Amino acid sequence: MFFLKYILRNLFRHRLRSILTVVGVAVAVLAFGLLRTLVGLWYSGAEHASATRLITRNAISLIFPLPVSYLERIRAVPGVTEVSYGNWFGGIYIDEKHFFANHAVEPKSYLDLYPEFVLSPKEKNDFLLDRKSCIVGARLAKTYGWKIGDLINLKGTIFPGQWEFVLRGIYHGAERSTEERVLLFHWDYLNESVRKTTPLRADQVGFYIIGVKSPDKTSEVALTVDSLFKNSLAETLTETEKAFHLSFVSMTEAIMVAIQVVSYMVIAIIMVVAANTMAMTARERIGEYATLKTLGFKSGHLAFLVFGESIALSLLGGILGAVLTFPASRWIEVELAQYFPYFSVSKETLALEVLSALLVGVVSGIFPTWRGATIRIADGLRRIG
Amino acid sequence: MELESSHPPIVSIRNLSKSYRRGNQVIPVLSGISFDIARGEFLALMGPSGSGKSTLLNLIAGIDSADQGTIEIGGVEISRLSENELAHWRALSVGFIFQFYNLIPVLTAFENVELPLLLTPLKRAERREHVVAALSVVGLSDRMDHYPGQLSGGQQQRVAIARAIVTDPDILVADEPTGDLDRASAEEILLLMDRLVHSSNKTIIMVTHDPRAAEKAHLIRHLEKGELSET
Repeated sequence: MFFLKYILRNLFRHRLRSILTVVGVAVAVLAFGLLRTLVGLWYSGAEHASATRLITRNAISLIFPLPVSYLERIRAVPGVTEVSYGNWFGGIYIDEKHFFANHAVEPKSYLDLYPEFVLSPKEKNDFLLDRKSCIVGARLAKTYGWKIGDLINLKGTIFPGQWEFVLRGIYHGAERSTEERVLLFHWDYLNESVRKTTPLRADQVGFYIIGVKSPDKTSEVALTVDSLFKNSLAETLTETEKAFHLSFVSMTEAIMVAIQVVSYMVIAIIMVVAANTMAMTARERIGEYATLKTLGFKSGHLAFLVFGESIALSLLGGILGAVLTFPASRWIEVELAQYFPYFSVSKETLALEVLSALLVGVVSGIFPTWRGATIRIADGLRRIG
Repeated sequence: MELESSHPPIVSIRNLSKSYRRGNQVIPVLSGISFDIARGEFLALMGPSGSGKSTLLNLIAGIDSADQGTIEIGGVEISRLSENELAHWRALSVGFIFQFYNLIPVLTAFENVELPLLLTPLKRAERREHVVAALSVVGLSDRMDHYPGQLSGGQQQRVAIARAIVTDPDILVADEPTGDLDRASAEEILLLMDRLVHSSNKTIIMVTHDPRAAEKAHLIRHLEKGELSET
């Protein structure tokens, strides 16, 4: 009890220094947590992918299309429950800064395969009946203040021209992690236009989405689908939705690794700063430690005092940083919704934040603890005065 | 050189030597010192800077170790004790008074005095009793909740004396206890130490430069170049 009291009082003996150290640890832990969350989010698309959906694309590359005529052959594969298809449209709203994903899809089968996109029956029906209509996610609608019945204009890039859609539905994600910043419209509408302007590109899709009866059937179905089109002009590559997402993530793997390295560097830097603070503290108190030893306190007592202070200081900063993570992530989610529509810090990240603070305390306390515990009394007493 | 006294010696030093190393150079500090200190004695150790008086005090107090010779205190040969045994022995058998008081600034006078008792099996209430008694001996019962920074130099030294006597040790060692005090405060402290010798039969070994402080002692020993030169 006495030692805890002593540690707590020592903690704010040099108030400014301690506050600066605590704030430093808190900021480092906060940065560590946010960077880790960012990396986690990058992979979240893959993590939240359905285990019963497969994506089929051109085996050469995603930019090469597949004939829409593959549809019935894929549908006939045993184990397949539903097949949808679509194209990455790549339309621009206002300008490039207002980026969001927009796909031309076969609406009925697509919505059947994505039950996590929740629409009211009326909105769903209106969307299915109107070939020039579109639906958008709730976050996207909120960003641009869109309401049902609004006209949305996109400038085509892959499919040139001005494209106008009537907003017939605003879907909500079944889960918090569901993507709510997507615009979906009828593939038929796209295909009709393409047929008129560039007939050679008509009746082609960018991808198929295949619903499978059960997760254990996915590899069998994938193999069967790909074998169907073996040695054709457009061979296919079928993979799980997770693998499909990961193939995108892998393109930016180097950046993610760099961000992860930076998150660890932040902790390493604050470790050095905290170690310096603790070394300074121990150096200043050598006389006190010698006095305590003179009075009969043993090295273990001294080690507990110094180490305890180091741990307490870092943990205080760590807890503060972990607590600040909540308002910081909320702020990012609101203010930077365009880039981070879903920025939620996981329990694992919070635990890692506190653990990293603990690690800072342990590492920064080692040298001062050793110094404090092993000081020769006569040498320590000479420092006083 | 042994003290002739009717009391049995509480401190018995024989053939004590100590030297320090500076690089390859060996600097002798104490050489072949032998003397006894009787129980209830107030001894002043005097000598010029570097004469080895503080080193001798540290050796007697068990906070430094000799190269050669023996120190027996109250029947315990402390030169044979391990570091942990020495720490335990110091906690119970010796009280320390320092030139700069060496109080812990974040602890109150009460908590500072309580420090040595934390190493004993005493319960909280018993510790409180001892601390209150020690602070009343030094006349600071009304300042027990004050921090060192809120006390004058003389008062801080009195707190340090209360801390030194709270475990009721037989020996008090004082290194320049008046060195940082004005004359009036120094006088108070010396009177208090004198009272401890007479009323509580404490043995005090004091290192001092100040002849006025040394005058209060029963016996003055001079150290010159590591040797006891005069009694």
